[in-house]
Amino acid sequence: MELRSLVDLAAGECGRVQRIAAGANATKRLYEMGFNTGAQVRVMKNDFGPLIVALEGNKIALGRGLAEKMLVKKLERL
Amino acid sequence: MSKTIALVGNPNSGKTTLFNALTGSNHHVGNWPGVTVEKKVGYVRHGGVDYEIVDLPGTYSLGAYAEDERIAREFILSQGADVVINVVDATNIERNLYLTTQLLEMNVKVVLALNMVDEAEAKQIKVDLAGISERLGVPVVPTVASRRKGIDILLDTAADLINAPLNGRPHITYGEDLDGKLARLQDLLDGLRLDYPRQWLALQLLEGDGYAERLMQENEVLKSSQELAAFLSELKPRAEQYQLEIVDYRYRFISEVTADTVCRPDEAVPTLTDKIDKIVTHKYFGLPIFALIMLGVFQLTFAIGEELLGGIVAGWIGVLGEFVTGGLSTMGAPEWLISFLSEGVFAGLGAVVEFVPLIVVLYMLMGFLEDSGYMARAAYVMDNIMRAVGLQGKSFISMLVGFGCNVPGVMATRTLENKKDRMIAILINPFMSCGAKIPIYLVFIGAFFPEHGGLVMFSVYGLGIIVALLMGKLFSATLFKGEVSHFILELPPYRKPTLRNVLRNMWDNVSGFLVRAGTVIFAVVSLLWILAVLPTGVEPYGPASILGRIGTFVAPIFRPAGFGTWQAAVGLFSGIAAKESVVATLGMVYAGVDSGVELIEAIRSVFTPLTAVSFMVMTLLYTPCVATLGTIKKETGSTKWMAFSAVYTFVLGWFAAVLVYRVGLLLGFA
Ligand SMILES: Nc1nc2c(ncn2[C@@H]2O[C@H](COP(=O)(O)OP(=O)(O)OP(=O)(O)O)[C@@H](O)[C@H]2O)c(=O)[nH]1
Ligand SMILES: [Mg+2]
Repeated sequence: MELRSLVDLAAGECGRVQRIAAGANATKRLYEMGFNTGAQVRVMKNDFGPLIVALEGNKIALGRGLAEKMLVKKLERL
Repeated sequence: MSKTIALVGNPNSGKTTLFNALTGSNHHVGNWPGVTVEKKVGYVRHGGVDYEIVDLPGTYSLGAYAEDERIAREFILSQGADVVINVVDATNIERNLYLTTQLLEMNVKVVLALNMVDEAEAKQIKVDLAGISERLGVPVVPTVASRRKGIDILLDTAADLINAPLNGRPHITYGEDLDGKLARLQDLLDGLRLDYPRQWLALQLLEGDGYAERLMQENEVLKSSQELAAFLSELKPRAEQYQLEIVDYRYRFISEVTADTVCRPDEAVPTLTDKIDKIVTHKYFGLPIFALIMLGVFQLTFAIGEELLGGIVAGWIGVLGEFVTGGLSTMGAPEWLISFLSEGVFAGLGAVVEFVPLIVVLYMLMGFLEDSGYMARAAYVMDNIMRAVGLQGKSFISMLVGFGCNVPGVMATRTLENKKDRMIAILINPFMSCGAKIPIYLVFIGAFFPEHGGLVMFSVYGLGIIVALLMGKLFSATLFKGEVSHFILELPPYRKPTLRNVLRNMWDNVSGFLVRAGTVIFAVVSLLWILAVLPTGVEPYGPASILGRIGTFVAPIFRPAGFGTWQAAVGLFSGIAAKESVVATLGMVYAGVDSGVELIEAIRSVFTPLTAVSFMVMTLLYTPCVATLGTIKKETGSTKWMAFSAVYTFVLGWFAAVLVYRVGLLLGFA
């Protein structure tokens, strides 16, 4: 299974969270906010500065450095 | 004995709206996460029983990363509530149920308030209430807190639950491996006398959670069990992995609950929120749009607050002043009383209060922005700049709150997880120009720049932000080194601001303004009036009065900045009690009943456009008021930081004012 970082997804693309390689605290926080294993995210904005992703229809801004450490499996079609 | 009901839920799920609806209180509501940062208590009588309702800061979990979440968590863990109303955002059920799952694990009595069902309906999200209720084993009540729908049923349900025994809880599995470890932990805890449910404590210990660890160190019962300690140290190395596994299993449980009880329409079409966000978070236009919005706010404030409503209050004060002093002198009241009223109260306080219309308009516009959902977007577009100076976007929210008043601004830093971020955000908050400073700017604008009020205000506020950022940079490079923390911020959907929220948030600020006028500023004015007319025989408000002598003694400090008059010096120092005092003092020492106009004329004869600017820069930056200093002490837990804040801002303000004055002179301004 090919994993890529969340920042490699363009706006409009979707992915499934597989693993988060940030610090223990940040990782747990993201998990608890719903970015747990298998969660589906859709990238809404990814050009400059923080990303905006949609999770269950809600929007969350994520710093670029953090998004880099979130590994997802890209979904071809949702 | 009253019963306690606690409101618990994710940030921005509508807890405070519900709290206000339940108790008739008027606490701050806004469409951004992190509005409530302290525990608030209110009361309601329902069915002949008194209930104490507790509103808590929003939190995604009981994990507690930031101070506001810690407050929510401590209250829940203290088991101080007879029943918990878990406020769940119906448009976001799955993620909100994470906290619910943790509440179920704790075995507290829970009622689920499924809030915002109006929005869920609009998004065509279908929810099987009975199904969810059955799966979770808790009652579910649909509500629309902002329209007070479902409130009575919610209270009825909560009341019933208080009297009912705790019913069966759904079984949550954490997988074979962890379930086995939990069973072993529970065995080890068996027979020990504990304040918490065994099952829950076992889970905490397995997660290696800080709270559980503290319990292990402090609780004699737990400490005494050798076997437990041995097992725990065996588990410890893998605690982080267990934590994440447990989160995954909780979400697995949630998806079992929602699989056939929540139905979302297929692929969501772009919503209005998405369309607006495309524009306001745009990579090039985002920041200019933010600047334009702020400029628009100030221009509108002047157009409505000054040109339309401006003279009204000033007129009333003038008429009332003439009437009272005229009446008193015909009645033969003592000269000193008339002088105190006309010069102290009407000229001093009046100079402050006459700006109420403008402040009302400004805070209604700010309240509108706040309740629309734009706040979180402003934080988003500022993240890049904030990052460049070693901070992060979320810190900007506390700065925006500081525009209202620095006291809640400093408190709003509680949502920052990182200690370094928080300390810096606290120390730079006073540069965010608060409502109390507005009368100062208005007097000087009236005297020298009446045509450009909006622009001058915008520049002053902008300068405040710039200085805050520069100081942020300095602090993060010196006093508070360390990694920049991560930016995670939920962007709520845009909502049409409700009149109730806009008016309430305006009133929060304006009532504070009026209360200060009636208390602190009145006290300052009274004290200064006495000092201004003593010793008897001297010319009142003259340099020979006690006040004049004190002022004359201090004034040379400000001479390099161009405003070395004793009146300006006294004004600035009185401003440390409350910023409006600067104007009240100036109004009094340049006295007259028809204060507004006279004050402005007096200012015109004493200041020049250049010294007016340097004086405004000084008032923007120098020492925060005592209320803010007190809050800084409380939030940092340190008198040292409070003193530091009082002194460094003064020094900075002084240098900035001198710089403005000197550069201005060189450029040929006068
Ligand atoms: N449409 C709709 N909006 C609601 C409802 N309840 C609350 N709101 C709005 O949601 C926003 C957030 O409300 P708050 O009461 O401040 O939320 P909170 O949970 O106290 O937020 P924090 O204190 O930040 O945790 C406000 O703009 C409310 O007007 C509802 O039932 N329907
Ligand atoms: Mg709240």
